[in-house]
Amino acid sequence: MLRVNENEVPFHAGITLADLVRAQGGDLDILLVNGYPATLQTALSDGDQCWLWKRGKAPSAEEMQHLLYARHSPGVQARLQERVVGIMGLGGLGSLVAIALARMGIGSLLLADYDVVEPTNLNRQQYFVDQIGQKKTAALRDILQRVNPHVTVTVIDRRLAEDDIGVLFKDVQVLVECFDDPAMKAAGLRAALHHLPGVFYVCASGLAGYGENNAIRTRRLYPRIYLVGDEVSAAAPGEGLMAARVGIAAHHQANQVVRLLLGAENEAG
Amino acid sequence: MKVLCNGEAQEIAPGTRVADYLIQLGLDASSVVVECDGKILTREEYGSHALQDGSVLELIRFVGGG
Repeated sequence: MLRVNENEVPFHAGITLADLVRAQGGDLDILLVNGYPATLQTALSDGDQCWLWKRGKAPSAEEMQHLLYARHSPGVQARLQERVVGIMGLGGLGSLVAIALARMGIGSLLLADYDVVEPTNLNRQQYFVDQIGQKKTAALRDILQRVNPHVTVTVIDRRLAEDDIGVLFKDVQVLVECFDDPAMKAAGLRAALHHLPGVFYVCASGLAGYGENNAIRTRRLYPRIYLVGDEVSAAAPGEGLMAARVGIAAHHQANQVVRLLLGAENEAG
Repeated sequence: MKVLCNGEAQEIAPGTRVADYLIQLGLDASSVVVECDGKILTREEYGSHALQDGSVLELIRFVGGG
């Protein structure tokens, strides 16, 4: 059996994508097999998952959800869709982590920030000029809605304190620390170690400037706790936060979230 | 007396509290997470917890930017 646009189609030896396209009335030019671009001549194997689409055609909501993830490895999507991830701080790291996780189809995001979008944020944060003055929680929710309307977004619009992190984020599977302030970074890690025993935690330190790419790394601190960054490059006068290096660190964090959710990390880390 | 801090032996004065030790290292206590003899200290304990001879410390220092 083949799956073609989420419908079952009988498999027979020698069947190609051209046969499937013809059966759908032809005129389809986006062709994917098992998440990978293919051609009309591609020979198929029993069990293949195929996506056939007309370039530029607007999908229905249900088709959209399937198409969005058609390039993921089969099976990954169902596992990410059930998960809840928290993000503390929606600046350069947090706004980008949220967008990456939404594109990958994490089911629910719990986003916390107290601040508004400022012109000085736009050199690295994912907001737009027309969002200046809006609450970051509301502005990011709007962006995520445009990227992937199937992600459930819940926001916490206030300044977090060490004491309430363990309460607010007790139901997430992974908590991502994206604070700017080093005192809150330390507070977040203490809260995770003391009050969130069943939650994976991915924090960040050292990502300012335009230092070496590969100095940014992901290191396991404790069995369920990971730290991303070069651990030395502080945001300071003369070493500002810049889009590219912040982006490297943010995507380390987002990929670590996915690795943890899909069980790619073992106890040895 | 001696303590082991992030794997390095350090000589410190008897009775040194964690907060004093962080100042000696030139660190801002607010941006450091302290594990002392396997236990993560609360922020309140930094000022009260006295280091013992042979204490094993792990300091995780955060720098700003996010």
